[in-house]
Amino acid sequence: MATIPSQSRNIPESIEGGNTAWIDLGFTWGLRILSLSAIALLLWMGWIIFNAALPAIRQFGWGFLMRQEWDVNQLQFGAQTYLYGTIVTSAIALLFAVPIGIMVAIVTSEKFLPGWLRSTLGFLIELIASIPSVIIGLWGIFVLIPLMKPIQSELHQQLSWIPLFGTDTFGPSMLVAGTILAVMILPTIAAISRDVMLAIPQDLRTASLSLGATRWEMITTVLIPASLSGIIGAIMLALGRALGETMAVTMVIGNSDQISLSLLDAGNTIPSILANQFPEALDELHIGTLMYLALMLFALTLVINMIANSIVKTFGLKQ
Amino acid sequence: MNAEQPLTKPLSLDRRIFSHAMSAIAVLFTALALLPLLSVLLEILRQGLPNLKWEVFTNLPAPAGDTSVVSGFANAIQGTVLMVSIATAFSIPFGIAIAIYLAEIGKSGAIAQTVRFVLSILSAVPSIVVGVFAYAVIVLATIFGYRGFSALAGAFALAVIMLPIVVLSTEEALKLVPNHQRLASAALGANSIQTVFKIVLTTALPSITTGVLLAIARASGETAPLIFTALFSQSWVEGLLNPAPSLSVMIYNYSSSAFPEQTQLAWTASLVLLGLVTVTNLLSRLITRKR
Repeated sequence: MATIPSQSRNIPESIEGGNTAWIDLGFTWGLRILSLSAIALLLWMGWIIFNAALPAIRQFGWGFLMRQEWDVNQLQFGAQTYLYGTIVTSAIALLFAVPIGIMVAIVTSEKFLPGWLRSTLGFLIELIASIPSVIIGLWGIFVLIPLMKPIQSELHQQLSWIPLFGTDTFGPSMLVAGTILAVMILPTIAAISRDVMLAIPQDLRTASLSLGATRWEMITTVLIPASLSGIIGAIMLALGRALGETMAVTMVIGNSDQISLSLLDAGNTIPSILANQFPEALDELHIGTLMYLALMLFALTLVINMIANSIVKTFGLKQ
Repeated sequence: MNAEQPLTKPLSLDRRIFSHAMSAIAVLFTALALLPLLSVLLEILRQGLPNLKWEVFTNLPAPAGDTSVVSGFANAIQGTVLMVSIATAFSIPFGIAIAIYLAEIGKSGAIAQTVRFVLSILSAVPSIVVGVFAYAVIVLATIFGYRGFSALAGAFALAVIMLPIVVLSTEEALKLVPNHQRLASAALGANSIQTVFKIVLTTALPSITTGVLLAIARASGETAPLIFTALFSQSWVEGLLNPAPSLSVMIYNYSSSAFPEQTQLAWTASLVLLGLVTVTNLLSRLITRKR
């Protein structure tokens, strides 16, 4: 290797003058400060919402979670109805989306179908995730509600002794909201579970099959147990999305301010009440209460996503 | 294998039933998962296509109940494009700068790890909460003597939503640039700014564009953070500090309208919005595939 003659006249001045070091340092620090501003953004968000919620926090304290009344004129507010609706609709969504999502993950990760069909299927399912939720909501109003109305009435007629189906429906309901949420979180569960399954070493599959397991015995006894924690991470991420999803739910849940045990009744969720009432909120306490609800949603999804992220990260996957 | 000397026993009946039943369930569930997608696409085409006339791109929405004029949503397109453009103008330089730090300088250091973690959390914050944040920061504050719903507040919310998407995808793009290119650049006497801007960013440009397009597609469809930041308006965008219409909020407002021509318009707007989002998504896929 030839050494560059140091007396060459063509060497740029920056090397001789040592400017490079300063430029590098400035560049590094500039970018570092910008990066830290991302952390500042999250803290700022939490701080701003907390501060705006303060009047309501002072007024209602923790009892806010257990109070049920919601009266804008009397300025009496409680979160129970919305908390209940948020949790119930998300639970329904998981009930539907988890088995279907895992099945889709299995079909698209194992060699049931030719490769091109598997990738097309995966692509199509992920396409659902890119449809704006307001469009899913529109579809919910005009397709899903009419479709589910007879099913819901049938559920009520056959199973009215179960409190969950205790009332007849007028169309929009928590069950419909849960179903539409299931549609929206399905791609999350399917895509991440598939990535987890693809990351399981092929040797494990081959070993199981060579010991005489059928393909499905291999899947249930080897593949699913091995990828279980990743699948749980995927479910948690999906849950985080379901809790915060706004538009589609708001459009089909019926926005009732009463708690009803029946899934066929209209309900409400935290995101829905925020979307519905913020445009008209004027009183400081009303705004504060809505901010309090937003803060709860923020904290709830933060915790769930942190857990989900740490689980998914152990698999070295991206979201 | 010989027919006379079977090496294997046939599978017992219950194992065979289990296998076949599970396969049937798997196929059934996958079909079930696809059903909503097909139904959404079909319904949008069926309801939206008949009204897709040139006028919808040039006219303002007609007053409710007035069927004598051809209704359109040009103002909503204008508002969406305006707010997404402002959000893009903010989030791209910020996002790319942070991504450069994460991929080129911070790498696996403590700061970079924390920033990465915070961004993944930020990307999972419900968009309505980002809307609440923008409401508190901008709508409730007095800016240039104006207080209230504004296009600026909407754009701010969209920028916050776009930022993590831009950073995380740009970082992935930068990581794909082979290290010997950086070394070669440094060996030729380039400083870190020259290396990053002339070599790394140029090489990664197609993948960065992909991430940016995905972020734009995502922001164009967002509704929740716009409902109470930008609100809506029936007329053209009047300024950054005035309420602004958007396609997504229009779909939401008209979805439960009592006037059938307004719900028709909502379907047509859905067709346009979904077309916009899908074209952007497909474009981003095409760009990366070419490489």
